[in-house]
Amino acid sequence: MRVLGIESSCDETGIAVYDGDFGLRAHCIYSQANMHSEYGGVVPELASRDHVRKILPLIQQTLCEANIDKKSLDGVAFTAGPGLVGALMVGASVARSFAWGLGIPALGVNHLEGHLLAPMLEKESPDFPFLCLLVSGGHTQIVLVKEIGRYSLLGESIDDAVGEAFDKTAQLLGLGYPGGPALAHIAERGDPERYRFPRPMLNREGFDFSFSGLKTSVITAYKKLPDEQVEQEKSHIARGFEEAVVETLVTKTQRALEIAQVNRLVVAGGVAANNRLRAAMIRMADESGVKVFFPRLEFCSDNGAMIALAGCLRLTAGQSENLEIRASARWPLMSLQPPA
Amino acid sequence: MALLVDGVLYERYQETPREHSKIILPMIDELLKEAGVNRQQLDGVAFGRGPGSFVGLRIGAGVAQGIAFALDLPVAPVSTLAAIAQRCYRETGAEQVLAAIDARMQEVYWGMYCLNRDKIMTLQHEEMVCAPEKVMTPKTDDWVGAGSGWSTYAETLEQQVSDRLRKNNGFLLPTAYDIAIIGQALFDQNLEVPAEQAVPVYLRDKVAEKPKRTLHTH
Repeated sequence: MRVLGIESSCDETGIAVYDGDFGLRAHCIYSQANMHSEYGGVVPELASRDHVRKILPLIQQTLCEANIDKKSLDGVAFTAGPGLVGALMVGASVARSFAWGLGIPALGVNHLEGHLLAPMLEKESPDFPFLCLLVSGGHTQIVLVKEIGRYSLLGESIDDAVGEAFDKTAQLLGLGYPGGPALAHIAERGDPERYRFPRPMLNREGFDFSFSGLKTSVITAYKKLPDEQVEQEKSHIARGFEEAVVETLVTKTQRALEIAQVNRLVVAGGVAANNRLRAAMIRMADESGVKVFFPRLEFCSDNGAMIALAGCLRLTAGQSENLEIRASARWPLMSLQPPA
Repeated sequence: MALLVDGVLYERYQETPREHSKIILPMIDELLKEAGVNRQQLDGVAFGRGPGSFVGLRIGAGVAQGIAFALDLPVAPVSTLAAIAQRCYRETGAEQVLAAIDARMQEVYWGMYCLNRDKIMTLQHEEMVCAPEKVMTPKTDDWVGAGSGWSTYAETLEQQVSDRLRKNNGFLLPTAYDIAIIGQALFDQNLEVPAEQAVPVYLRDKVAEKPKRTLHTH
């Protein structure tokens, strides 16, 4: 089965063609980040306006790069939530109508399911069951994945998502928006010992996270600095922040692996692109006899490939939907079912 | 939803706030079935490109894009203000129409339309979004007002247009029939666009404020 995937849940338009037999055929991503950076955050109305301009040219480009005629598609998958509902509705409208025009099925895919299945786009792909640490701008969750659609939530952030903490800290340090990657970049030059920020909830049982206290500690440290030291201390603060986040994520994930008794780990979502997190997870996995899987860097952030893949798996299993064009801002992973 | 087959109209209409998205494709299916037309026989797609509710416009544009691209069809983007003017002509014979849609935020979307030789309402000057007391008014007599703006801001608009106004026709929604009629005219004049250019015209383009630059000297 050959499926076109459409992702439009936030500020990236992602399109891909995934083939059940031959894997990923082509994918394109258009990021609106530059447009939103002037506003210091994603402006939902502007995001929707951009999706409706970019989505079809991007579909055409993807089909062209895959050298595939649209008439040879067998299905269309689109992100139906969670995300910005206006942006989602653009993808849903185009996807459903395009599929209707071709006389093929369309399926709304859960964005988070897309993320946690993303490592399956790689040659070396995890078998079920596996544990997934999902870390992005909107989510921080530890999920036990028994099979597609059978998920148990072991823990999640009780306040800010980890990607959000990265972006907010970066904004504080004057690194613009979205500043997560820029923060990681200046942290490279930072001294890991200079600032020791709290490891939130590390000494508590369970697998929940909290990052808003860490953010407050960073703000406090930053505000204490005399003006002339700000520039040189920035990288140390960034590094201290990153160390705290990484240690927290690694330690909780390690505990969850022990409790769940699985030896496969997936780290997915935008923050999974962070080098220091990847390195620390690999170290921990080696020590614990666990095999760790990451999506390639470009499939950590939002993309159409993961949506095409998830849609392909579900459509192949026979899942179908009616012609209603629908999307929802909220759609918890735990409410999903295996394909009927 | 309307389907024009060689001048014969098939129409479905349902006023469904926030429900367009659920019924739009099933309605198209039913309509085609009723007309005995299959989708491969369609020659073009006309859609209401705005102005109007942003979310609604994007659903319409998205559906037009999807269908047109799948079936290799040209698209006719039709102004919703023109559609109101066309309906007003069709139902009352008015040949000069001031179309106004309530744009919320104390503003209206506004356009002045006159009937052309082909019996199609045609825009004079340009469409705009502004306060009802600032609309561009006609320099000739005998105009009819139509659209939701004419019920929300009846008094202000009547005052603005004053004795140039023959009648306030009040609340009148654009229909797919009129969009199809104008769309047909656009196709006849080769004014169609490819699927990827089937995008909304919002008129209201300032939708977010850029934050004032704060210097991060801390």
